[in-house]
Amino acid sequence: MFLEIKDLSVKIENKNILKSLNLNINKGEVHAIMGPNGSGKSTLANVLAGKEDYEILNGRINFKDNNLFDLNIEERAQEGMFLAFQYPVEIPGVNITPFLHSAINSKRKRMSEEEIDNLSFAKLLKSKASDLGINIDMLKRSVNTGFSGGEKKRYEILQMSILNPDLAILDETDSGLDIDALKIVTDGVNKLKTKDNSFLIITHYQKLLDYIKPDYVHVMVNGSIVKSGGYEIAAEIEKDGFQKFQ
Amino acid sequence: MNSETLNTLNSYSKNKYKYGFVTEIDDEKPKKGLNEDTIKFISLKKNEPEWMLDWRLKAYSKWKKMKEPKWANLSFPEIDYQDIYYYSAPKGFEKKPKDLSEVDPKLIETYNKLGIPLEEQKVLAGVAVDVVFDSVSVATTYKGELEKLGIIFCSIGEAIQKHPDLIKKYLGSVIPPGDHSFSALNSAVFTDGSFVYIPESVKCPMELSTYFRINAENTGQFERTLIIADKGSYVSYLEGCTAPKRDDNQLHAANVELIALEDAEIKYSTVQNWYPGDEDGKGGIYNFVTKRGLCAGKNSKISWTQVETGSAITWKYPSCILKGDNSIGEFYSVAITNNFQQADTGTKMTHIGKNTKSKIISKGISLGKSQNTYRGEVSFLRKADKARNYTQCDSLLVGNQCGAHTVPYIDSKNNSAVIEHEASTSKINEDQLYYCRQRGLSHEEAVSLIVNGFCKQVLQELPMEFAVEAQKLVSISLEGSVG
Repeated sequence: MFLEIKDLSVKIENKNILKSLNLNINKGEVHAIMGPNGSGKSTLANVLAGKEDYEILNGRINFKDNNLFDLNIEERAQEGMFLAFQYPVEIPGVNITPFLHSAINSKRKRMSEEEIDNLSFAKLLKSKASDLGINIDMLKRSVNTGFSGGEKKRYEILQMSILNPDLAILDETDSGLDIDALKIVTDGVNKLKTKDNSFLIITHYQKLLDYIKPDYVHVMVNGSIVKSGGYEIAAEIEKDGFQKFQ
Repeated sequence: MNSETLNTLNSYSKNKYKYGFVTEIDDEKPKKGLNEDTIKFISLKKNEPEWMLDWRLKAYSKWKKMKEPKWANLSFPEIDYQDIYYYSAPKGFEKKPKDLSEVDPKLIETYNKLGIPLEEQKVLAGVAVDVVFDSVSVATTYKGELEKLGIIFCSIGEAIQKHPDLIKKYLGSVIPPGDHSFSALNSAVFTDGSFVYIPESVKCPMELSTYFRINAENTGQFERTLIIADKGSYVSYLEGCTAPKRDDNQLHAANVELIALEDAEIKYSTVQNWYPGDEDGKGGIYNFVTKRGLCAGKNSKISWTQVETGSAITWKYPSCILKGDNSIGEFYSVAITNNFQQADTGTKMTHIGKNTKSKIISKGISLGKSQNTYRGEVSFLRKADKARNYTQCDSLLVGNQCGAHTVPYIDSKNNSAVIEHEASTSKINEDQLYYCRQRGLSHEEAVSLIVNGFCKQVLQELPMEFAVEAQKLVSISLEGSVG
């Protein structure tokens, strides 16, 4: 199994957020999790990425034959987990190019691969950026600093394509995007999809799933997955809302 | 701040202060305390002419009537001036050694450990170094090569002997001995430091650098540096400093004077890494420094860049007097304080001439229980038509027990002056760290990246050879912070 979440219960500040959650993802699959606000979707994304504010009460997560809880945030990232943030944070003065260059090399180091030199990296970055319709000038700027909402999301996808993760988690990537930006972002995701990597797409609305076709759709309510199935579930939610699952 | 951030910041403390070792060497000192005999001793040791001793004694009589300036945001016990040695030299240094074969191998070893080899062939390519150990200059490299261009680069002691006319004309011309108590003190007891003269139209082909080391216990270091750039000349100068770890506080009171004549430019960079004291605030250097540059001629330029990471107390305001029309003054500063360090630093830009311009970029980073103050004064005198100043001061707080303060003064007597001022204070935040780590960077890398990003505008002003070192130093200075 590529990613296996078993009986996961998580709390934050005395509030139980995830309750006996189960989810299995195989290589090459695209999974979507839909759910109303406050159902625990973003908590799941952050627990997978290793954010430290949460208390794991029960359960286990295996990722590529590792017990995920044995790895810290950066080790998970280096193992190939990528989280596209809902609200990417600004880091003034930290230039995008060296930032991503260090990121890719820390991953390569862990994988005992040779580090990529400045010149080859600059080439790689340029070509990936132009694939995503990102202006080269943007690569001279500081991480997320002064970016519009759409630019931030597009830049998340650029990082994803550079780091080429095994498991990409997209946390509400569609929020705040107009239809043109949504198209660019989802095109980027579709280009990255191979039979060897997997996607976990967290969203509120069905719209995103018109552009990225999931293999499985899960409905998350109140900290658990209450229903799983194919794309037809998304259509059901679009029509009737989450009401009937609660 | 969560526990992991704390752990990372604490783990920096294993790095600690790398330069804290002591060199066991016989030294020669006068009795402790400050009086006319001490001054006569120093002057005699340095084999100085009569006029120099008189100059010192005059400064001393001024000092006796003065009180320390108290306006800074610093707290420390009263300095007992009678409990300090004012001179310390390794034995056998009555005369500066002619070459390295005359230098005690222990000293050469000391500098190797500090990463400053004294053999010219091993020295950083393109950097000439004057090395000051306690009160004496140990060696000056590349002197011969510079002499061919007419450049004088030697210790101030040597300049007093060999270039009395320049010394008489310029010493104390920018910082008068009676300016304040630390300048009077320095003028009375200064021991060594560097002297630079760049002749007309000469662009100095290499970085000039002085490396100061305090070694002896209970000893004050009173460095005096004087740099004169004659018409149309250019020089870039860098100073570095370290001291051993000791439980007692030590006093360092330097005076640095720069003079740029018409069309001349001086770029002065400092990487200050004196011993900052331990995690509990014990020991460390009291760094009371007066640095002032005079843009004497038209179109002259003086640029100060400082990276201040050391010292228990830093009191330092590298300033520019913009006298010549169209002259330019710049001040770029990074000040990092950690544990119980206190820094009160900034600049003074005095616009006298027409069309004079000044620019101030200050970045303060406070960690632990430290206090970091930016203090600046920009003044425009009556004749400073169309003068301009741009000031930007940013503070970054790491943890919640430290303080950042900004105290800007602006005084304009000319209506055509243009003044811009920007200031910001921010905290390093967990979201930024989480974001960097999610991309695969370690916690340590993330902190250092964020802080270096914050300082970038200043670090890029340093000469190439030192920019990388400075970045590393910034990372090391983040050690041992308690959030």
